[in-house]
Amino acid sequence: MLTVAVTLLGLLFVTFMIGRVMPIDPVLAVIGERATQAQYDEVFLELGLDKPLITQFAIYVNDVLHGDFGTSIRTGKLVSEDIGRVFPATLELATLGTLIGVFLGVPLGVLAAVYRGRWIDQVARFVGLIGYSMPIFWLGLMGLLIFYGILGWVAGPGRLGVFYQGLVPERSGLLLLDSLLAGDWTVFKDAFSHIILPASLLGYYSLAYISRMTRSFMLEQLNSEYITTARVKGLSEWTVIWRHAFRNIRIQLITVIALAYANLLEGSVLTEIIFAWPGIGQYITTSLLSNDMNSVLGGTVVIGTIFVALNIFSDLLYRFFDPRAK
Amino acid sequence: MSDTSFRDWLTADAPASRAQARAAAWYAGWLKLRGNTLAMVGLVVLIALILLALFAPLLATQDPFVQDLGARLKAPGWEGHLFGTDSLGRDIWSRLVYGARISLYIVALVALVAPLLGLIIGTVAGYMGGIIDVALMRFTDIFLAFPRLILALAFVAALGAGIENAVLAISLTAWPPYARIARAETLTIRNSDFIHAIKLQGAGPLRIITRHVWPLCISSLVIRVTLDMAGIILTAAGLGFLGLGAQPPSPEWGAMVSEGRKYILDYWWVATIPGLAIFTISLAFNLLGDGLRDVLDPKEAGK
Repeated sequence: MLTVAVTLLGLLFVTFMIGRVMPIDPVLAVIGERATQAQYDEVFLELGLDKPLITQFAIYVNDVLHGDFGTSIRTGKLVSEDIGRVFPATLELATLGTLIGVFLGVPLGVLAAVYRGRWIDQVARFVGLIGYSMPIFWLGLMGLLIFYGILGWVAGPGRLGVFYQGLVPERSGLLLLDSLLAGDWTVFKDAFSHIILPASLLGYYSLAYISRMTRSFMLEQLNSEYITTARVKGLSEWTVIWRHAFRNIRIQLITVIALAYANLLEGSVLTEIIFAWPGIGQYITTSLLSNDMNSVLGGTVVIGTIFVALNIFSDLLYRFFDPRAK
Repeated sequence: MSDTSFRDWLTADAPASRAQARAAAWYAGWLKLRGNTLAMVGLVVLIALILLALFAPLLATQDPFVQDLGARLKAPGWEGHLFGTDSLGRDIWSRLVYGARISLYIVALVALVAPLLGLIIGTVAGYMGGIIDVALMRFTDIFLAFPRLILALAFVAALGAGIENAVLAISLTAWPPYARIARAETLTIRNSDFIHAIKLQGAGPLRIITRHVWPLCISSLVIRVTLDMAGIILTAAGLGFLGLGAQPPSPEWGAMVSEGRKYILDYWWVATIPGLAIFTISLAFNLLGDGLRDVLDPKEAGK
């Protein structure tokens, strides 16, 4: 627990320092360049810039702990409100992406390990290699060009068509879920048609990672002696693979999936730009381009915290499920 | 020295000198690498890239910065424009060739700065131990816990956009794994007899770390760097795409994709071709990296 606190404090320290070294004058960013010296001094004091750095840091930590990231200069609203508004979009995208990655990646990894060196293993290797080498923003553009521009199978950028906006009441902020809850099929279909392409692309990246890890975990198990024993006993291949070997890699897989999920939350930054997806990645980058530091750092802290939290969560699961770790 | 006798010298069972033994080890590694077709493909592509960057002025058919608004967005093959022209009528092939210089520059710089940073922090932590070790490793863990692209974004936001700042931002997010490796290596070296011997001769910590610990950490860092190259290329291109790396009119590949993005549905080649270039280079680094790892680090091979 202490290490978690230290890590989070360190995270805040890093963002605080980033906020300090930036060449933009935080006072001028608030009042604009034409303000008088008196106004300047007033805001300077208001922002607490006259206090020593350590006090400023303490105030910053206290604010963040209370969910206060300051006001966004660009939108004029509280950063926490902004993030609360855009975050569900990212969550929806990353969750669907991870689901796709898990449901395709785990079986692919298992098959690649079982049929090691055969064609399915080569396919898995190829998929992984492409996934590790392809710039995600470019793959997104190609996806748009082919599936939207040429084939017309999916809807274009954005989260929902203009006609469908605001039709279903917002409950969770996740459009797919909200439209289902409202029983509105046309909205659901439109939302699905918008999300499927970016989610598949993100899913591809986590598939590359998950299948590679699954393969190496499975190989380790399949080479151990208890598997030989099980085979000698005359158990069917199916039982040997799924009931014996796969059972033993489940815990390791949870860790990998948590990590893949965290990576997708981050990987969605570039994807969101391509698909004009109104999520936290797009929020951070647009804020960045308009020198809105409060929003950038707020977004960074939120994503960083989730990242750390997912890591800890998978660690805890590991300890919970693995009797040896107790 | 004739060709056969040189090979005999390289493959001799009992090397006569340290230089010969080292050359023989290199040669054996090279033979193993040469047997790996995919790794060789990667190597050839990378050599081609270096040549492209070196001879850019000769290979470019046009000035990469000259605009010709009368010839904007022309398709590949149009009047000697191999890959067509972009939205300002600039020749895409020529921009690609000059862009290779920027990519190599970024990769080389990050590959120097990040491991060096990690090496210093890792060896100091490992050698000093105690409270310094705990503090430095905690610091490393914090950076490791941070999502890399987001952290790089925040750094670039603070430092201002540009190639050098992008390099700095990527390096600042890439060093923690190197620090961990260097620390692990140092811990195994720290208590060896030869270090004790050097200490008895009166060498101080600085001398021991820089002259005796560093050289032994280098090889594992080199493996890690080759494997990370593709990631560096992709992050740099991503920053360029977001408009935070190289600034226009610089022909950085990520920025070129970003420029072509507006025209993707009607003029596909403007964004497609530079993206293909990024993909090819990072694929080549991945192929070569995998091959090198098999040669240099047999216990990790095949994982």
